[in-house]
Amino acid sequence: MQKNLRWKLILIVATILICVYGIIDFPKSKDELIANWNKNIRLGLDLKGGSMLVLQVKLQDAFKAEADTAIERLKEQLAKEGIAVANIDRNDPQSLQEADQIQINVKGVPVDKTAQFRQVINEGYQNWILTPVGSSDYRLNIKTSEALAIKKDTVTRAMTTIENRINGLGLAESSVQQRGGAGAEAEILVSLPGLDDPARVKSILQTAALLELYEVKGGPYPRQEDALAQSGGVLPPNTKFLRSQRTQDGNQAWYLVTRTPVVTGRDLRDARPAQDEYGKWETAFVLSQDAKGRFGRFTEANIGNRLAIVLDNQVRSAPTIQARIEDQGRITGASSQQDASDLSLVLRAGSLPAGITYLQESTVGPSLGADSIRAGLTSGLVGLLVVVGIMLFYYKGSGINATLALVLNAIILIGVLAYFKAVLTLPGIAGIILLIGMAVDSNVLIFERIREELRGGKSIPAAIDTGFGKAFLTIIDTHVATIVSCAFLFMFGTPAVRGFAVTLVFGLIANVFTSVFVSRFLFDWHVARNPTQATLSI
Amino acid sequence: MELFKNTNIDFLGKKWIFIGASLVLTAIGLASWIAKGSLKYGLDFTGGVNVPVRFTGPPPVEKIRASVSAKIPGEISVQEVTGENSVIIGTPLKKDEEQEQDRRRITEALTATFGESSGKLDFNNTNEQALADRIRDPLIQASAGLNDDQLHTLTKAMMEYRNTPPRSGVIKSLDELSAVSGVTPAVLKVLKEQGYASPFAIRGAEMIGPKIGRELRDKAILATLYALGGMLIYLAFRFEFIYGLAAVIAVFHDVIITLGLFSLFDKAIDLNVVAALLTLVGYSMNDTIVVFDRIREKLKFSRREPLEIVVNKSINETLSRTVLTSGLTFITAVALFLFGGSVLHGFAFCLVVGIIVGTYSSIFVASPILVFWHNFLDARKRSAGPGSAASAPRETVKKK
Repeated sequence: MQKNLRWKLILIVATILICVYGIIDFPKSKDELIANWNKNIRLGLDLKGGSMLVLQVKLQDAFKAEADTAIERLKEQLAKEGIAVANIDRNDPQSLQEADQIQINVKGVPVDKTAQFRQVINEGYQNWILTPVGSSDYRLNIKTSEALAIKKDTVTRAMTTIENRINGLGLAESSVQQRGGAGAEAEILVSLPGLDDPARVKSILQTAALLELYEVKGGPYPRQEDALAQSGGVLPPNTKFLRSQRTQDGNQAWYLVTRTPVVTGRDLRDARPAQDEYGKWETAFVLSQDAKGRFGRFTEANIGNRLAIVLDNQVRSAPTIQARIEDQGRITGASSQQDASDLSLVLRAGSLPAGITYLQESTVGPSLGADSIRAGLTSGLVGLLVVVGIMLFYYKGSGINATLALVLNAIILIGVLAYFKAVLTLPGIAGIILLIGMAVDSNVLIFERIREELRGGKSIPAAIDTGFGKAFLTIIDTHVATIVSCAFLFMFGTPAVRGFAVTLVFGLIANVFTSVFVSRFLFDWHVARNPTQATLSI
Repeated sequence: MELFKNTNIDFLGKKWIFIGASLVLTAIGLASWIAKGSLKYGLDFTGGVNVPVRFTGPPPVEKIRASVSAKIPGEISVQEVTGENSVIIGTPLKKDEEQEQDRRRITEALTATFGESSGKLDFNNTNEQALADRIRDPLIQASAGLNDDQLHTLTKAMMEYRNTPPRSGVIKSLDELSAVSGVTPAVLKVLKEQGYASPFAIRGAEMIGPKIGRELRDKAILATLYALGGMLIYLAFRFEFIYGLAAVIAVFHDVIITLGLFSLFDKAIDLNVVAALLTLVGYSMNDTIVVFDRIREKLKFSRREPLEIVVNKSINETLSRTVLTSGLTFITAVALFLFGGSVLHGFAFCLVVGIIVGTYSSIFVASPILVFWHNFLDARKRSAGPGSAASAPRETVKKK
């Protein structure tokens, strides 16, 4: 064999081996082969089954919280300085776009205290821009740089919390990513392979999980009005109303509690599901070191009073304080072990800084995924058999050449997909099937040219040479055209469409290699083996 | 064996027939488009919720619609999927905040109408974990207790049995499960006590809110425009501007006719279809490029022959290759259309139609445009002044 041919053969065999290794490693048994295959060929959600969620973090919540904190601080400070204003409140942005139009309105600042007021603002509220509205009113708008910082911080915290919660569920291969891009800074993509009912996940994600413990001043009252009647129709100073959870028969009660909680979720160190003496499930939580002291003092001073355990602004229970408690508590009312377990997971993972909305959801059950795989394989097989049949019939011996190139093309394509950890989706399988036709295209191009040259009277080696030479440029042209349109598909497509684009591009590139290099090699090898043969089976 | 040895068909001479055919097809498509008000869009572009549900027998469409309408306001669509005993239940687009509930409500509605409210587990609508959790203790009580591994293997086997064809997700009665290894009469008894087999199985769900729907629409349009523009630039660069223009016009014509046929046959257009269209744009360029390549090659040697003759010859020479390759890709597209399942149906239809139309346009539309344009430029040159005879070397074709 000529030296040239030998190197080419080595190159081709090496390529095959590398690709095969990438797909199935070096298996020692059939089971291992299947296991390696499953590990290296990553199937998309539409084939494997699973769920995908796109969430949007309600940034407007974070802005509202920020404004609320500022308002509380401002009220305290102004009271301390003796500046009596008529009213401080804020607007109520409802959507994401309106979020950074958050505005605090201060009405009725006494004219003689204007300078003092301005000084308070300048010293303590540098994130806000003060604008006078009339002679005694002002508005505070958040600075753009601060707004951006809040947005970024909220999304990051939300993502971390969501990640913690998802990881806590122990789902293999789940992923949480920020979607990013213009108009999508607050969007998070959650991918849950193998999970075909996201209802539980969604409820876990939805819980803000804000735990607070309040001192109970009065209650439970069946209605708010009853409570107010007790204190002369007006809310006692430094208190607020909280609703309780709905009981089985749909009843709700109201409690009057102090305005600020004694202990919040931030002081939580751990939470676990536990059973009480009757076997009912509840969630036991443990407070952190610095909260212990505070909580201990509070419980000691309030023996005989009630403590409201509040989750997401709903009173879960209001037990009476029997003795000094340092660091422990229980949240009762879990309906099952899973319920208690989910709640402790959510408490441990931390509270969400803002609410979330679901923008998109996609679930593929296992039977649907299996159907898709089967459909893909069937159509692939049919297409392959017919195409190979035609090539063999129309080009006879050279048809074998084309078939070998096709097989090699498939091996290289799957190998590359495995190495790049690319995901195979249903459109991806469709792309492979299309490739069968497109790959043979190049062979046809070359064979037709060779036939033409042979007709024109050239010798076999010369015809092969010219055939490949002339066809090469056209092959490149046609492949580039399709690859370019795939590039656009990749830029603008959904994950499934991207799978299609990637598969097609890799396949076409592999095709240039197989149809030009490998096919040529096979022809040359055939000619080298039979230098005196007068005909070429084409 | 050769299909087209030395053909000599006067393609360009007959060009009016072909252009006429194109116009007729375009007109039919547009008429259908206008008559039906708009193209039929898939979920990707309309937004809303789609839930595929499989039934044990032919699905009772009206009953399903009534059941879901009771819980969800708005127009409910129940579309049958041919050959599969399943339907796709669709609810219309709502605001992002409300969209998510529809999916839950569909499940509730179906369970209320077709399922049992006995508190038993619906075998056809559960997963491995839930099934295992449900039967673990009862099995122990029935003296058929299994450890975690055995239980996992058993439930996995039952689920696989359910999910493979011909059942494909829904079994008619729990008795069928005795065919699964490990399901002893004791196990079957526990299954019947703890669960039942409803006549339907919800196989998935797809929910797209308005924000994402808008994004997908925009992306699809942008991708198409960019792709066409990219093609134009690429061809103008490789050949000449007029070649690029002719090819893009041909491709545009393909897209219009394909979309028209979609409208005519009432097929939905989703993102996969757009992907197929874009692939066709690239692929249709192939045929066009092959013919143009041949034209350019011939023009290098015969600058005196009229363009029509050169183009005709080029088409004839590449005919064998064009028909064969398009034919082969067409076959794979047909295989996809016949066997590829319902998810890829629109995609495959687009390819099948598009390949035919695309090949046709490369031969009968792109080349005539080239000739038209050249003759037009030539006529302008001639009327611009004497001395530029028709037999002068063509200037519109640069050597490359």
